[in-house]
Amino acid sequence: MRFTQSSRERLALLMPAALLLGVVVVIPIGRLVLLSFERTELNTGLGSRFAGLAMHARLWQDGRWWGSLGNTLVFTLGSVGIEMLLGVTFAVLLDQSFPGRRWARAIVLVPWALPTAVMALAWGWIFNDSFGVLNDLLTRAGLLHGPVAWLGRPGTAMAAMVVADVWKTTPFVALVVLAGLQGIPRSTLDAARIDGATPSQLLWRVVLPLIRPACLVALAFRVAQGFGAFDLPYVMTGGGPGGSTETVSLYAYRSFYRYLDFGYGAATAVEGAGMALLLFAAILWLSSRAREAV
Amino acid sequence: MRRGSQARRGVTGAAYACALTLMLAWSLAPVVWQGLTAIKPDAQITQVPTAYLPRPVVWTHVAELWARKPFGAYLVNSLWVSAWATLVCVALGAMAASALARMRGGSRSGVLLALLGVSLFPPILLLLPLYEGVRALGGMNHPLALIVPYAALHLPLAVWVLESGFRAIPREVDEAARLDGLGALARLWHVQVRLAGPSLATAAILVFIFCWNEFMLALTFMTRDSSKTVTAGIASVGGVSFYEIPWGQLSAAILIATLPLVALVLVFERRIVSGLTRGAIVE
Repeated sequence: MRFTQSSRERLALLMPAALLLGVVVVIPIGRLVLLSFERTELNTGLGSRFAGLAMHARLWQDGRWWGSLGNTLVFTLGSVGIEMLLGVTFAVLLDQSFPGRRWARAIVLVPWALPTAVMALAWGWIFNDSFGVLNDLLTRAGLLHGPVAWLGRPGTAMAAMVVADVWKTTPFVALVVLAGLQGIPRSTLDAARIDGATPSQLLWRVVLPLIRPACLVALAFRVAQGFGAFDLPYVMTGGGPGGSTETVSLYAYRSFYRYLDFGYGAATAVEGAGMALLLFAAILWLSSRAREAV
Repeated sequence: MRRGSQARRGVTGAAYACALTLMLAWSLAPVVWQGLTAIKPDAQITQVPTAYLPRPVVWTHVAELWARKPFGAYLVNSLWVSAWATLVCVALGAMAASALARMRGGSRSGVLLALLGVSLFPPILLLLPLYEGVRALGGMNHPLALIVPYAALHLPLAVWVLESGFRAIPREVDEAARLDGLGALARLWHVQVRLAGPSLATAAILVFIFCWNEFMLALTFMTRDSSKTVTAGIASVGGVSFYEIPWGQLSAAILIATLPLVALVLVFERRIVSGLTRGAIVE
């Protein structure tokens, strides 16, 4: 048995990356967990004392926390659900051969590459109540009589945020799924066709089960990103109206910087991450059950 | 019979073309709309019902933008921070990936999975501790306050992309270089980097785009206007209230901040897709 590198060499190569991740990721997360057990003394100049689970207990009695958690769940499940459907549709469209396909793929990719914080402004302008183009288009189409303040009402503000997120991240899902589609051997599809599978049987019985791993990869990334959403609510709605689009990340951020309540913000962020893990576990469980059902 | 199936194919073809057109329009419309708003006269921007095409086309918003805000500085800051972060990230990522690519079985996939886990953490977890650290080191408004975290946050992605590139290099090539007396770093530089150019480009482009787009840390660590990156600079203009903003200028800003990325995507589409889809192929 021969090695091309000694294990000491390998360790030396891994060390710089490990150090950087340790300093920027691992130590800060440890620090945050510790902080969540402290109470920040707001009236005595930002000292802090160990307070055990007091901040976590306070969180559980805080209606705004549950509200932000609910908003985050609605946002994540709503946008990821639509993105998966739309993403698979885009992938199927892009999987056909047609002239200019490379360009189509590049254009579909454009929204993914643009900064969320900046495009959130652009979407705010589209959804603007007085001058927004959406109101104008819907009025011209006869679907609306009079302008709607999309970002001024709780339900429509959340829907607008979901639309902006779907626009931005569907390309990611589409391209990951497309890679999965292109990994299916032609012979498999031909065999199914020869056996007399109808197009819908082909899709549901052959193609979808085969791209399931790719879908799960896309789903995992999207759920994690959706749950951590910050840029979009911060810029597009500011969490409003009346906290109806405030996500967990935004609430934690505000505890940090608007209220300087570091211990409480830390508890919010830590519990938010815990809830994301729970959601993950639930999705994994559901998807493994779905596989058994098939 | 034959004619019928041809007609049906014609119908599906038309439906397919329709769907394709809708998909492309949906992808481009918000960007195009910003572009049109940026070159419209002010009176037309707030015209009801909406005026769709600018008449006449004006370039004043772009000019005013530069006069009103240190917009040039935003762009330079974004470029500087993103370029350095990408360089550090890809360099450290390449070192780690070259070690991982030659490891076997359990420990290799263990490290890769741990990295995947790191990249799924919500960034809000890191914000306050990093803020404390940056403040303690006196790093507020310093580019390093963004470069170091950006390099770290995108390290998992860089390692994933580079590792699969290096792994495709035959072991014998490594072996030969080693017998020629090249050390680990020299082999990485003279052999692996040369042979895995596409993966290197893929990793660099993806990391650069993510750095350019980052918002939360930039918003928090760059409090001085002249230190802000494009995302933080623009969003802090727009965050106030939609009525106080000169929309023509804001649209011009949005357009200028996004055009470099549109160009990157159109040129490097293949590299970006290959990087993004690594996970799906690995499975």
